[in-house]
Amino acid sequence: MASLTTLTLAEAREGLAKGDFTAKELVEAHLRAVEAGRDLNAFVTETPDVAIDAAAVADERIRTGRAGPLEGLPIAVKDLFCTEGVRTTAASRILHNFVPPYESTVTAKLKQAGAVMLGKANLDEFAMGSSNETSHFGGAVNPWRRKGEPKAKLVPGGSSGGSAAAVAARLALAATGTDTGGSIRQPASFCGIVGMKPTYGRCSRWGIVAFASSLDQAGPMTRSVRDAAIMLGAMCGHDPKDSTSAPMAVPDFEAALTGDIRGLRVGIPREYRRDDVPEEIARLWDQGVAWLRDAGAEPVEISLPHTKYALPAYYIIAPAEASSNLARYDGVRYGLRVEGDSLDAMYRNTRAAGFGREVKRRILIGTYALSAGYYDAYYAKAQKVRSLIARDFRDAFGHVDVILTPTAPSAAFPLGEKVDDPVTMYLNDVFTVPTSLAGLPGISVPAGLDGQGLPLGLQLIGRPFDEETVLRAAEVMETAAGFTAAPAGVEG
Amino acid sequence: MAYLIEGDSGNWEVVIGMEIHAQVISKAKLFSGAATDFGAAPNSQVSFVDAAMPGMLPVINDFVVEQAVRTGLGLKAAINLTSVFARKNYFYADLPQGYQISQYESPIVGNGEIVLDMPDGSTRTVGIERLHLEQDAGKSLHDQHPSKSFIDLNRSGVALMEIVSKPDMRSPEEAGAFLKKLRSILRYLGTCDGNMEEGSMRCDVNVSVRPEGSDELRTRCEIKNVNSVRFVQQAIEFEARRHIDLYENGEAPVQETRLFDSRKGETRSMRGKEEAHDYRYFPDPDLLPLVLDEAYVQRIRDSLPELPDDKKARFIADFGLSPYDASVLVADRATADFYEQVAKGRDAKMAANWVMGDFFAAMNKTGRGIDDPPVTAENLGALIDLIADDTISGRIAKEVFEAMVDTGKAPGVIVEEKGLKQVTDTGAIEGMIDEVLANNPDKVAEYQGGKDKLFGFFVGQVMKATQGKANPKLVNEILAKKLKS
Amino acid sequence: MSLDKATVRSIATLARIDVPDEDLEPLAGELSAILDWIEQLGEVDTEGVPPMTSVAEMTLPRRADEVTDGNCPDKVLANAPESQDGFFLVPKVVE
Ligand SMILES: [Mg+2]
Ligand SMILES: [Zn+2]
Repeated sequence: MASLTTLTLAEAREGLAKGDFTAKELVEAHLRAVEAGRDLNAFVTETPDVAIDAAAVADERIRTGRAGPLEGLPIAVKDLFCTEGVRTTAASRILHNFVPPYESTVTAKLKQAGAVMLGKANLDEFAMGSSNETSHFGGAVNPWRRKGEPKAKLVPGGSSGGSAAAVAARLALAATGTDTGGSIRQPASFCGIVGMKPTYGRCSRWGIVAFASSLDQAGPMTRSVRDAAIMLGAMCGHDPKDSTSAPMAVPDFEAALTGDIRGLRVGIPREYRRDDVPEEIARLWDQGVAWLRDAGAEPVEISLPHTKYALPAYYIIAPAEASSNLARYDGVRYGLRVEGDSLDAMYRNTRAAGFGREVKRRILIGTYALSAGYYDAYYAKAQKVRSLIARDFRDAFGHVDVILTPTAPSAAFPLGEKVDDPVTMYLNDVFTVPTSLAGLPGISVPAGLDGQGLPLGLQLIGRPFDEETVLRAAEVMETAAGFTAAPAGVEG
Repeated sequence: MAYLIEGDSGNWEVVIGMEIHAQVISKAKLFSGAATDFGAAPNSQVSFVDAAMPGMLPVINDFVVEQAVRTGLGLKAAINLTSVFARKNYFYADLPQGYQISQYESPIVGNGEIVLDMPDGSTRTVGIERLHLEQDAGKSLHDQHPSKSFIDLNRSGVALMEIVSKPDMRSPEEAGAFLKKLRSILRYLGTCDGNMEEGSMRCDVNVSVRPEGSDELRTRCEIKNVNSVRFVQQAIEFEARRHIDLYENGEAPVQETRLFDSRKGETRSMRGKEEAHDYRYFPDPDLLPLVLDEAYVQRIRDSLPELPDDKKARFIADFGLSPYDASVLVADRATADFYEQVAKGRDAKMAANWVMGDFFAAMNKTGRGIDDPPVTAENLGALIDLIADDTISGRIAKEVFEAMVDTGKAPGVIVEEKGLKQVTDTGAIEGMIDEVLANNPDKVAEYQGGKDKLFGFFVGQVMKATQGKANPKLVNEILAKKLKS
Repeated sequence: MSLDKATVRSIATLARIDVPDEDLEPLAGELSAILDWIEQLGEVDTEGVPPMTSVAEMTLPRRADEVTDGNCPDKVLANAPESQDGFFLVPKVVE
């Protein structure tokens, strides 16, 4: 069964149920793939023993008819989710040795559903980055290559780059990601997979290493829209341990995939047509509009006037929250400590050695934005702009049901190309950040390849807690796009 | 009369404001389910939230919110139906998150007031600026090890109410009265045990001075953690004098935080530690605005007990007590209840005198509290009844009270056992008087010769003969009659 | 809005991150570039616009006052760089 690793969650679930193969076989096939795929650096920590044991339990539960919705399905977990007894690093040196005595709510739910963890996936340090290059453990690598350049390594995007690379390279059937400004959707687009950021409050943040509390949201990264629906259903739900978790019932997302989007009004935001975006991305976007129209949806041109200011607002709000969220990494209770002759010296040494360059940049920007005399000019101003951006979307959803945009302004780029220019790097999130600031659900669906043979994604955005409509439209678009391409060396 | 400090340049007035940190009485912490009991093993009452482990999140304790509202209502303060939690960012060994969750621009309680009861019976009203909820920090021990400090996070995350007064106090005495009255109100409400020794009530004092008659507000210094009424008063006296000396030497105090050294009785600057403090307050994104409705507040208002001021007014009106006596009796709820039980259906003034006099003295002497009184309210009441119905005289009553304290017996029993019943039988008293007069013919002659003050001598003799049990009134009447004849 | 070395040094002090003097200049450059780019927010008219408090359109949930947590000092201390007798240890703090 050479192709156990190319199944979707839905297919694997069926195969296990029918007894075509066991969870043990399925998991072992993936552990071999993980081993063979080490050059992708997709994992910070591999957990084969955990996986083998879980597979045995899964086979038993399947045999006795107690299988959960994800029973025996091997997944990768972004190393930002705290996992009890398994090192959790946030890809930072400051947590290089941290072993949580607790399990995040989302991973606990996935375990409960029967999912099998293969290991902890690589990411940008503290999820701060769009290329995975800020990881203390070195960046994960995109399994895709430009036509004719098999040697030139590309970034998988970020921050959930390890998760995206692992799913794209068929090392895992699916993976968890987290999205603060595009960290699920942009790497999904770069790696040719599906990535969904649910509505803020849909998934519990408890046990996820915090980057920017008002933006962080966990979500599924999969190889099909149906898989995203299946996995999201197992990840989300109200959690009394998170004060921002929405007290809402979990719908049957899979049941929402009716394939029928007739009469659906699809918003096309004028402001997302930027001249700095490659022509082929604009063309793919038009193509997406056509696909949805052909399926009976009604395209509507809309305006989101404050789009241009989303990115600068985000780069005040997220760093400001991060500067406070990361204050707890002080060498006292866990993680790295670099001694000093005073408490303050210990703090300064520990944090200087423990944080990487980009994390320090953001902590300093955030500290400055909150400091006396600058709060109003930066933080307060950014939060007001954020209100306007949210209002833009609220107005738009008065007359459309979903919004279609490109996911990212480019395809995957070579390692090291943008590391030295923060602002250019930030522009990666130009299409995903507005959604994050408004807390709306967004999904990236692989829609085609660019001229160099690299995948490009399109993003669908929905009303708060209307993931069902987003998923329904996404599946229709997925079918129309018929995206079957896979990275070289991986059978599609 | 106003409290003024004499300086070379004239008289100075001191301006005092207070910030009280009061630990909220609750089972669990403000944002975590860990226990709040005092004195547990190090780090045994710490949840992963309190230790600020990665990914941990705060969830607010409903009862603590209720306690804050209850306290606000007890301070006659405005309750803000929407309040916001903010992060106060700074690094310290016992502050695990690297920030304290507090309330900044939108506290849960706004303006209120406290009425001070001064020893001369007068009252002063002190404004309350605000009350807000915040997390306590952990504890650092510095003397366990030559080069290390030890950190215990048991207190980390315990709910505190920070109560800020307006700068309305003008003397150390008023500052002391403020602390006592606030503690009394918190205890009546059951929102804080007011225990300053265990640190469940901590006090920062803001002090400035100004020339008599001026109404300017000059540079103030904040004196941190002055943890007894006495220390508060000492600290104010010292700090005021320090400011005055500076001004009179052509200098001026700098606005700063100072520490009170209770051994030396002085305050000293904390400068250096304070330097570069920029707390970078911003709304805590892990929490949403705290929104209450009027009905919720009303429910709490309806459940408030009678508070010291109302009780005091009632005691003055119903029992005819002086304002001062009333304020002394209501300061502690149990004492007030004890007094009411004694006073019920009796001479309330006499009851007040006995409770504040012999009874308080007995509590001090025996070291017993009001919850375990040296004499029960019932017995003290019975004693007063014996005086009222002339069974015993006031003088004998003191003796009986002593015995009650020593034996715990009821006054009636003691009077019986010791045969202390007053002699009111006229015949018996006449007999004794005749005997005394017969035994002292010379004195009788002298008296009748005009030496009136010998009257007392005869009374004394009669009393002696009856071991003080003869009813003094009767003795006087009969004696006077007989000496005339 | 460009930051000078002194400002960067004081921010770094606030954030408790040691920055060697030779790095202050380049860092000031990087941060200034980011802040310059952020300046465009100034173009937006936010007159009378309330700052966003939370995208979650709900109010603060409250839990019951029950002891449900704690009593696990070993787990709390398990990752400590230095601990003794149940305490975390840090370089001595001079009061
Ligand atoms: Mg204060
Ligand atoms: Zn405080």
